[in-house]
Amino acid sequence: MTISIDPQKSDKSLQPKGWLRYFSFSLDHKVIGVQYLVCGFLFYLIGGTLASAIRIELASPMSDFMPRDVYNQVLTLHGTIMIFLWIVPVVNGAFGNYLIPFYVGARDMAFPRLNAVAFWLIPPSGLMLVASYFVEGAAQAGWTAYPPLSITTPQSGQIIWIMSVLLLGGSSIFGGINFIATIIKLRRPGLKLMQLPMYCWAMLGTSLLVVLSTPVLAGTLILLSFDIIANTGFFNPVLGGNVVVYQHLFWFYSHPAVYIMVLPAFGLVSEILPVHARKPLFGYTTMVFSIMGIVVLGLVVWAHHMFTSGTPPWMRLFFTIATAFIAVPTGIKFFNWVATLWGGKISINSAMLFSCGFIINFVFGGITGVALAQVPFDIHVHDTYFVVAHFHYIVYGGTVFIIFSSIYHWFPKVTGKMLNEKLGILHFIITFIGFNLCFAPQHWLGLNGMPRRVAEYDPQFQFVNQISSLGALLMAISTIPFLINIFLSMTNGKISGDNPWDALTPEWLTSSPPPVENWKGEAPLVEEPYGYGKKLSEQN
Amino acid sequence: MLNKNIYLILVISLVFGISFWIGFNVNLLPTEASINAPIYDELFKILFIIGLIIFIGMIVAVVYSLFKFRKRNDQIGDGIALEGNLRLEIIWTIIPSIIVLLIGLYSYNIYDRMGGMKELNHNHEMMSSNPEKIWAGISQTADNGISKNDLSIEVSAMQFAFLFNYPKGNFISGELHVPVDQKVSMKMESKDVIHAFWVPEFRIKQDIIPGQPTILNFTPTKVGKYPIICAELCGPYHGGMRAAIIVEEESDYKNWFNKNKTTEVNL
Repeated sequence: MTISIDPQKSDKSLQPKGWLRYFSFSLDHKVIGVQYLVCGFLFYLIGGTLASAIRIELASPMSDFMPRDVYNQVLTLHGTIMIFLWIVPVVNGAFGNYLIPFYVGARDMAFPRLNAVAFWLIPPSGLMLVASYFVEGAAQAGWTAYPPLSITTPQSGQIIWIMSVLLLGGSSIFGGINFIATIIKLRRPGLKLMQLPMYCWAMLGTSLLVVLSTPVLAGTLILLSFDIIANTGFFNPVLGGNVVVYQHLFWFYSHPAVYIMVLPAFGLVSEILPVHARKPLFGYTTMVFSIMGIVVLGLVVWAHHMFTSGTPPWMRLFFTIATAFIAVPTGIKFFNWVATLWGGKISINSAMLFSCGFIINFVFGGITGVALAQVPFDIHVHDTYFVVAHFHYIVYGGTVFIIFSSIYHWFPKVTGKMLNEKLGILHFIITFIGFNLCFAPQHWLGLNGMPRRVAEYDPQFQFVNQISSLGALLMAISTIPFLINIFLSMTNGKISGDNPWDALTPEWLTSSPPPVENWKGEAPLVEEPYGYGKKLSEQN
Repeated sequence: MLNKNIYLILVISLVFGISFWIGFNVNLLPTEASINAPIYDELFKILFIIGLIIFIGMIVAVVYSLFKFRKRNDQIGDGIALEGNLRLEIIWTIIPSIIVLLIGLYSYNIYDRMGGMKELNHNHEMMSSNPEKIWAGISQTADNGISKNDLSIEVSAMQFAFLFNYPKGNFISGELHVPVDQKVSMKMESKDVIHAFWVPEFRIKQDIIPGQPTILNFTPTKVGKYPIICAELCGPYHGGMRAAIIVEEESDYKNWFNKNKTTEVNL
């Protein structure tokens, strides 16, 4: 069987050129990747503004900065925007679309038109979600939208929230199908699965999770919308519905969603570390198996979000053990990354620093995660700031650090210009300090009696909350050097050349920025994407 | 080679030493005021120490690598072409598996000692004729042998308050009064949305769910006034949904009960 990789004489030549193509229904995977990233970053700024509003409110124990119902809308929008419009689209859509066709040696994704549809679902549903605030107020039942609260709060906001999440889920499924098809079927002839860069494996695992679990969320939210607008009683206890069933269905998606947010980051860091440490990725095969192990285990741990809810004792026990065991494949990956650094010739640059920050933050979040998996431990800290701190260590300290690391790493590929290293390191230092200052104290708050999602709290917690708010301020400030860096480098940056890092993965073997259809001639066959050190001995 | 091993052993023992010192000397938890609390704190201490060892060890490894293996200005070329080490990889699969399994078994033991694995039943005289199926909650706290009969209380939660019904005295209170060292058995139900009953000093929490009663039993061990906090987002005033639990000497409790009761019973 041969797979044709000839340049297709498609309608791509009719597409707009220059900056206009980023606002068009472009079918080029690289344009779509950049569209995902920029769109996601704009929503990140909105979500970050909402986070700042939350930290301002919590700088004092009284509910005095905004009305209480607006506070609940803010925290709901913050969670929803950060998850569905920033992290999931960026680590999957942005980097996946940009990199996967290069990695498999293809000229585009398997379904370019579906790809463009998947992206163009995001801006309207995101805007719709934000706009719901101006109708009758946005959804205010948290991003989890537990009934009966989500049934009893104002309907318009909740229904728009459901519509928006359904569209974003649809976009995610389209993307997932596209990635699976591309990785399995579009590989260049001669390229074996076990020669793929690790990010392909991460995206294969992630896309399996997306395709298996997102439809469950969609079904659940449709039933919830029936309860809200058609007075059905699936989850409404007044009509004999069961509220705990909703939680099971919701977490059947939303726990794998955590892996949808972190597995691609695991893949990205596996690409970045070997390049800047000048060493092969340590333990390729165990890395692949641990990704697949996380995928399988990730599907059977959802009820650990419900330990204090309506779960019988035996169920609590099963989910404790299953959850704690995810630490094993995850731990393997972290040990392998440290082993990748060990004995390398490490360039201390922004991409490397953000990746190392990721390792440290994520290990901390992983340790609190294993603790939270233990039922007796969780019963005290469930729904407190301890949990808030834990998952921010995973999704911010983990994934967002890797998003920044990836931007520093791949910016020269996308634009052909280098980013300023001094501003990059400044960005890292402020982000790392601000992040830890913001979230580390929240563990103590949770242990000592501060529940999450509150606008007011016991005055004894004021000082620690103010430290946390100060950290949030630093995090907000940290975006300034980053944005300055991006604009300065885009206009006046040093020309990077095709392969500034001397990397071996396929995307660096074409020009920077790459041409339409990726390769001037035939796609190169990269059998050893991590062959650092070997190249040198061959040259000698 | 010998020199290298000595350094490694020194660093490892330093990491262990620091972790144990912090684990035993830094208290991150509030007062212990129920039978569950010391059991919980035992688990917390173990997890805290193991976590510290891994976390500090990881920081040391990353920072050391960044420093020791950083690229000097005059260096060119790559690091060593080391693609893996099966023995090491097996070691760091098996050791974490054993640690995780041991933690799981230990926390099962802790949960059992807290009474979590006991059958869920609510010792309520009034409903003994038609026992209701209760399928969630924490049934029994550890038995200290002091308390004889459970004190039964019915809790109803609503936006944004808790009400405590003392069936024996036929009255409802907004404050939860309980005698010290007395096992309390609560049946909880919500009138509207999901709430949760949390007393940080007792280390217990259970959601209060509309349509499905849950139970929560505990035995307070320390006289004092502690907050009862709603821990499940329940609406705009969620942060203000708090009540107080007052643990008092049995005589004080009897006085309070007798003042409030509306039916003639003797405690």
